[in-house]
Amino acid sequence: MEATKDVTLTLHNSLLTDDSSLITHHLSLKSREYRRNILKYIYKAKAGHTGGSLSCIDILNVLYNEVLNVSPETFTSPDHDRYIQSKGHCVEALFVVLADKGFFPESDLETLCKYQSHYIGHPTRKVNGVEQNTGALGHGLPMSAGVALAAKMDNRDYRVFTLMGDGELPEGSNWEAALTAAHYKLDNLCAIVDLNGLQITGPTKDVCNTEPLDKKFESFGWAVRHVDGNDVVALKEVFDALPFEKGKPSVMIAHTVKGKGVSFMENELKWHHGVPTEEQYKIAMQELSPLTPDGGI
Amino acid sequence: MGNEILKAPIGGTGAANQDVFSATLQELAATDRNIVVVTSDSRGSGKLVPFGKKYPAQIVEVGIAEQNLVGMAAGLASAGKKVFAVSPACFLTARALEQIKNDVAYSNNPVKLIGISAGVSYGALGSTHHSLHDFAVLRAIHNMTIVVPADSFETTQAVQQVAASEQPYYLRFGKKPMPLLDETGETTFQIGKGRVIRRGSDVAIIANGETVFPALQAARKLATENGIEATVVSMHTIKPLDEKLLSELALECKAILTVEEHSVNGGLGEACASWLLKNRYHKPFDILGIPDEYTVTGSQVEILNHYGISESGIASRVKTLLNTLT
Repeated sequence: MEATKDVTLTLHNSLLTDDSSLITHHLSLKSREYRRNILKYIYKAKAGHTGGSLSCIDILNVLYNEVLNVSPETFTSPDHDRYIQSKGHCVEALFVVLADKGFFPESDLETLCKYQSHYIGHPTRKVNGVEQNTGALGHGLPMSAGVALAAKMDNRDYRVFTLMGDGELPEGSNWEAALTAAHYKLDNLCAIVDLNGLQITGPTKDVCNTEPLDKKFESFGWAVRHVDGNDVVALKEVFDALPFEKGKPSVMIAHTVKGKGVSFMENELKWHHGVPTEEQYKIAMQELSPLTPDGGI
Repeated sequence: MGNEILKAPIGGTGAANQDVFSATLQELAATDRNIVVVTSDSRGSGKLVPFGKKYPAQIVEVGIAEQNLVGMAAGLASAGKKVFAVSPACFLTARALEQIKNDVAYSNNPVKLIGISAGVSYGALGSTHHSLHDFAVLRAIHNMTIVVPADSFETTQAVQQVAASEQPYYLRFGKKPMPLLDETGETTFQIGKGRVIRRGSDVAIIANGETVFPALQAARKLATENGIEATVVSMHTIKPLDEKLLSELALECKAILTVEEHSVNGGLGEACASWLLKNRYHKPFDILGIPDEYTVTGSQVEILNHYGISESGIASRVKTLLNTLT
């Protein structure tokens, strides 16, 4: 990880040209805005997966603003890039980004987890912009492999991205799909592991150790890159390098901080699906204020 | 190969339904490159080797990994492929049940799930290889149509109809050669509509899949030996159930017997019983299937005979049922 951070820093510095500075600034502001919205709607709904949504939001930010060829207008086109969120419980992160990209009015999120709302605690296709209904873990990668294989069969150029939690990696279906994706040389497939190191029971390494994760994926025939998953510049750089190796599926091991951006939530297990009190909410929103120069980003 | 199978003589020794499935699919694939078969090391059992040789670009092998079979099938279907996911029914509907529930039914990806060598087709291979639970678990999943064809005619029709449909389906096939069932000359087949194979007013025998033929044999035996006239129905679609036909049978016949190669719990029989009772049709009624016990060992025929799912066993059960009327 230290080596990865050095690489990230180098990349960061190399990107500080005028244009990239603007992009970086824009993405950083977006991440902060998304974090505020995640907390806003979780606070209103009194439910949600706070810690994981905050850990993965920078990944979704870069994906939807810099990487994916998808928009409300192109969503039904056969050639659009697909994003399937395997860690469906962090749906709040997806919803705030989809709202920002115009898939539905942000005001819809006022109904999050309310009676008869489509905006429930996991992604469903009843919400515009959601590719697949997820929530049970270990489903994103097999479905994504199927979509990626269809692209190869039809000679289409779209790519498929799936976001997995580190806690869901013991699901055997992931490794079934990992084998098949490599077998069919699906280099149009990118899995991103949101490696925040915590799951509901405790540290992931104590619940069921999946390390060395890079070697596992490599041995399954994948091309692997590590990245600081909360650094938008580093994320963009790594996404821009896809596919990491021609003829191999790519996996991005994104080292993230659970609860990232709110000081008292970071790396704290209780925020897995903790809902802030009024006082905690106010402090969190203050830390994430656009007026705060370094609000935890 | 296809034509030979499809033209099996009426009443003669026909082809196994799962062989007819693969032949029909091969014919469909000839004109539709979007037809894709996904297999889990099951192309041999599914008689899909010729398909794979003829259309190598339209067959996807995932190895022995049923969860991935169904998950990938869902992904392929969402991208516009007409996907037939083929695996032994025992593994497909148990190992991959969560993928069926979420990736296919809940996400509404129009995968055609094909359970082969179903029921106790695998005979002496034992309970690991039997599927006596599939109707029960799939009936409880919304957005899943369950079709169990009885013969080559029904199989061909069912495969053609599901291929043209953008909904999820579960089709269940056995591997025993089945004769064409055509006693009434009924030549239509529609998913969701039961097919009346024989007409009689004493009793209705409602069966599906490979149990329709012994039900028909039993009806003939009852007519010849006992003067009992039975209606025989191939209730190939368990869900949605043909409620109109059930209502007609309840009005026309004195008693109803259901027959299935499935546990007596949660299958065709309970589906019919539930509807009849809720709609106040109080008739003598019985369910013939595999009882809730460790299934006896033996070949498919021996197992079915043991539990009375045979010409004589069904006839005997009908007589017992009708005796309750006197």
